Amino acid sequence: MAGYIFRRILQAIPVLLGTTFLIYFMVFAMPGDPLLALFGDKTPNPALLERLRQEYHLDQPFIVQYFLYLGGIFRGDFGTSFSGEPVSAILARTFPVTIRLAIMALFIEFVGGVIIGLVSGLRKGKLFDASALVISLIFISLPIFVIAFVAQFIFGIQLGWARTTVSTGAPIQDLILPAFVLASITFAQIVRLTRSSVIETQSLDFVRTAYSKGLSRRRIIPVHILRNSLIPVVTYAATDFGVLLVGATVTEGIFNVPGVGRTLYQAIIRGEGPTVVSFVTVMVLIYLVVNLVVDLLYGLLDPRIRYVK
Amino acid sequence: MSNNTPSPNHFVAPLEETPLVAIDAVKVGERPSNLWIDAWRDMRRRPMFWISAAIIVLIVIVALFPTLFTQIDPRECILSRSNGAPTATNILGFNKQGCDVFSRIVHGTSTSLSVGIIVIILTTVLGVLFGMFAGYYGGWLDSVLSRAGDIFFSIPYILAAVVIMSVFSAYRNVFIISLAIGIFAWPATARVLRAEILRVKNADFVMAAQALGVSRFRILLRHVLPNSIAPVIVVTTISLGAAIVAEATLSFLGVGLPNSTMSWGNDISAAQTDLRTAPQTLIYPSIALSITVLSFIMLGEVVRDALDPKARAQR
Repeated sequence: MAGYIFRRILQAIPVLLGTTFLIYFMVFAMPGDPLLALFGDKTPNPALLERLRQEYHLDQPFIVQYFLYLGGIFRGDFGTSFSGEPVSAILARTFPVTIRLAIMALFIEFVGGVIIGLVSGLRKGKLFDASALVISLIFISLPIFVIAFVAQFIFGIQLGWARTTVSTGAPIQDLILPAFVLASITFAQIVRLTRSSVIETQSLDFVRTAYSKGLSRRRIIPVHILRNSLIPVVTYAATDFGVLLVGATVTEGIFNVPGVGRTLYQAIIRGEGPTVVSFVTVMVLIYLVVNLVVDLLYGLLDPRIRYVK
Repeated sequence: MSNNTPSPNHFVAPLEETPLVAIDAVKVGERPSNLWIDAWRDMRRRPMFWISAAIIVLIVIVALFPTLFTQIDPRECILSRSNGAPTATNILGFNKQGCDVFSRIVHGTSTSLSVGIIVIILTTVLGVLFGMFAGYYGGWLDSVLSRAGDIFFSIPYILAAVVIMSVFSAYRNVFIISLAIGIFAWPATARVLRAEILRVKNADFVMAAQALGVSRFRILLRHVLPNSIAPVIVVTTISLGAAIVAEATLSFLGVGLPNSTMSWGNDISAAQTDLRTAPQTLIYPSIALSITVLSFIMLGEVVRDALDPKARAQR
């Protein structure tokens, strides 16, 4: 097990270096002088420009700049936003809100998706199954911002059940609608995946054995079928965490949830390049860490995985 | 029939009963069967296939010849008609700028479709090259190519596209946005192809080709690749829909195409402030977008089911 953890962390290092390098390279390739942009229309003093250039290490070669930036990331320094506030300070303020929203969304999509997927799989070919398949297909093709607007229009404006924008402090009751919207993107995939996994598990030998031993359906379904069908579903949720991050950006922007996503959304809308890059870096790092943790958990849950590769 | 009767003591099966030629003979009348023919037979029986194919054909016609469907100039905007209700000639009403909503949807089709097509060309070329060499040659080449794929895969492609589009804010057009989406979306194709090639390269027909002295590269191109391309086609069809969504999302975020380019994403983005007063300006482009994406995803699913005998048995 220790060997597996070590190997997995070792594999993550080149990916981590590669992703940060790619992002940094994209920004480096940005046309125009970033310092001149700071001065707007004014012509800056050449001496001041030179000092700033040294201060931000812009006179160094690209590779040196990259390692300075990487060192900053490891010290928790993600740069400064356009407003002058350190990105790490903004993160400390907004992250708890996003975590709350993400946990609510994950809970909704898992509980809802697995239950509907299980029932569909058990009643393959029946009316419930057919309608679940069609509805999930429609959800997969709807872009998240369309779902968000339609939800805002129906539940916020027409029915008046929820607030269209979240109030400051982001109380739980205000987050319910955004959480449902955020959940809807991966919800459909979870339904379909659970369904096909349940259908596959149902035909396996150990399930037949359980039936022939005379166990009741009430015991076989949750213990034998459901538990063994969940492995691909959990894998999917981990790899699709990136979709959740993008979804959070759009959802938080539309519902005005004061989280990390809205900060990124507003930075994009205002065209604040450096802030966008800092936040995208943070999100990619979160994504990498989540995937690494899920991989490690797998090794713990399923011994077979430890020995592959 | 045979006329030499075997003696009752030692029974020997009559030799001429089944001439050897008949055993080896190919049934000329029967149509040859392979994966593609089976898949086609399966697909053409399914209404989902015909529905999605018909919608896609319609979308392509709309994209190529928008003027067949509307005579109204989408750029003829009169502010006095701002958010106006539908009339007999302007069936979906007007948007905030007073332009005809239906005409803008029709003329925006080609933007979405071209982004989708350029993106899948890019992801297929990159994905096939990386997946093919990684899966077939293995060893250090596989390690290098797969790690490179991991790096690109680790950045959610819409976030990557946001960075690229922010960087190249001065050059926003259909090509740049397709490049921004495609450059980070290809590892999905590469992974699928690599896995399939790993499976196919040990098949008997590959060994037969090797025994005949066919060169490795030729075996890859002539035997291995054509037999592993099926899952790539499925991924490609579905990612065409995903690419259209990505373009709309980027345009919605304001880092997509410039406002002068007619696109569904731009129209939805512009309409969001009027959700309360004029929901139709937001709903109709959204419906067009969703139907397009739905039909590509539906087609991908049908093709997947048809190409996968296991999935067919499960239905």
